[in-house]
Amino acid sequence: MIRRFSGLDATVLTFGFAFLYLPLVMLVVYSFNGSQLVAVWGGFSTRWYREIWQNTQLIDAMWTSIGVALASASLATVLGTLAALALVRHGRFTGRTLFTGMVYAPLVMPEVITGLALLLFFVSLDVGRGFWTVTLAHTSFTMSFVAVVVQSRLVAFDRSLEEAALDLGSPPVRTFFKVTLPLIAPSVGAGFLLALTLSLDDVVIASFTTGPGTSTLPIEIFNKARRGLSPEINALCTLMLAGVTALVIIASLVTKARSVDGKMLEV
Amino acid sequence: MTTPHPKSPVRRLMQAAVPAVPYLWLLVFFLVPFGIVLKLSLSQTASAMPPYQPVLDLSAGLAGLSAFLSGLSLDNFVLLMEDLFYGEAVLSSVRIAATATVILVVIGFPFAYAMAKAHPSRRPLLVLLVILPFWMSFLIRVYAWIGILRPQGLLDAVLIGLGLTSEPLGLLQTETAVLIGLVYCYLPFMILPLFATLEKFDWTLIEAAGDLGARPWRSFRKVTLPLALPGLAAGALLCFIPITGEYVIPELLGGADTLMIGKTLSDEFFKNRDWPLASAVAIVLLVIIIGPITLHRSIELRRLEQAR
Repeated sequence: MIRRFSGLDATVLTFGFAFLYLPLVMLVVYSFNGSQLVAVWGGFSTRWYREIWQNTQLIDAMWTSIGVALASASLATVLGTLAALALVRHGRFTGRTLFTGMVYAPLVMPEVITGLALLLFFVSLDVGRGFWTVTLAHTSFTMSFVAVVVQSRLVAFDRSLEEAALDLGSPPVRTFFKVTLPLIAPSVGAGFLLALTLSLDDVVIASFTTGPGTSTLPIEIFNKARRGLSPEINALCTLMLAGVTALVIIASLVTKARSVDGKMLEV
Repeated sequence: MTTPHPKSPVRRLMQAAVPAVPYLWLLVFFLVPFGIVLKLSLSQTASAMPPYQPVLDLSAGLAGLSAFLSGLSLDNFVLLMEDLFYGEAVLSSVRIAATATVILVVIGFPFAYAMAKAHPSRRPLLVLLVILPFWMSFLIRVYAWIGILRPQGLLDAVLIGLGLTSEPLGLLQTETAVLIGLVYCYLPFMILPLFATLEKFDWTLIEAAGDLGARPWRSFRKVTLPLALPGLAAGALLCFIPITGEYVIPELLGGADTLMIGKTLSDEFFKNRDWPLASAVAIVLLVIIIGPITLHRSIELRRLEQAR
């Protein structure tokens, strides 16, 4: 057999995963550093975790981030699912080429361009910038990701079940909610989670579209990180890593790791 | 499709709403903003609010429109062409993105290859381990490298401890640091499309090549590589396109001399408050990546057709 997992392959994987995970491990370890100086080890301490808790600026930013993520991911899930249905089910309609282009473009658009375009748009409308402008901005770039995830499920969809329901006299809207939606629900859920993560992760588009007084957690971290390291940020990042890891483990247990496979990244 | 129900007006309306709602949303929040960027790139800076001119005055009717149109010019693009700074930013973005992509291929290929050779029962776990960092904040992953690369940071401590170097490397705020950060953050984007291709690979072909007397390197070059090429191209473009416009990594890990066009755009906008010039830079960035995007699209479409 040529296809043997050799010692060389094991070495490649070991080094690869070490490269992917060691920086994060170091970040976690140093978040428990008691010293004010980030580079010096001052003994184990949970001091920085307590300090985050008292930092109202960070806590406010966290709530803003969670609010923006939940609102934009919900909107994006509805819009993205509709877009996927339109792409897969509505054969030809006026301006289909333009529509397809607009659905796919945000996937590859550099964030600085999307951010700049949306900011200029909000400025020209003369609306006050803050929570809602960031939410709308996040909705419009994450809905494309939802559309792609749901679309890949719809393409593989067995339509005879829908047709059976229709033949038995079920109205189309009812058929959609009783047959179609439950069948595509895992991909809709995966799309929602992806939109949530993308929104929680975004710093560039949020910095462009936010206004004075509103700040998300990534914006706070970015502004602190620009000035160098801070032990508080180490602790905060560790908490976020723990949160994401827990979510991913729960999600993969629930969906038996099927919905988080390669499809997620096939954009 | 069988349609037992007569088309009632309500039903037709619901049907039309499926494409119409996301369509309208995208027109308003995608196409219109881009029209504004394009328009602004043809305008001039003004010390007013909004800080540019001409401003379209719809209340003046046709006269307002013609005054607006005659106020547009290509001055920003002429400036971008003539000022060496911007040309350098463009070249350096493309150079950094290309270098990072080559390094990603060199690291990602053996990795995806080893993953594809692993026992099928282990593969879901390996895939999960590659995806996990992708779900973790991009910003946190970049931030982690500040602690490693800074002067007297972890990398220096380890290298000095091992006796490999006697002086701190001082990598932070250099192009090397930016490249390390880029490779680190984009590695999953390279590995996953490659793995998806290699996983379906028919390994008996290699055996056949071996039986026919091909040496391992030759069968790799003549059999494996051509078959892995679609995945390789998809991964490379998936990395190259966003890296060209990358902003966060050069801002956090690079120095003042690390020029990247995404950072130039942001600086023009926020620091110099030159909105028209920032818009022109955005158009230039779009022009640079439109070729790779089209190529990526056509590769993906071919892959989809083959899968059917």
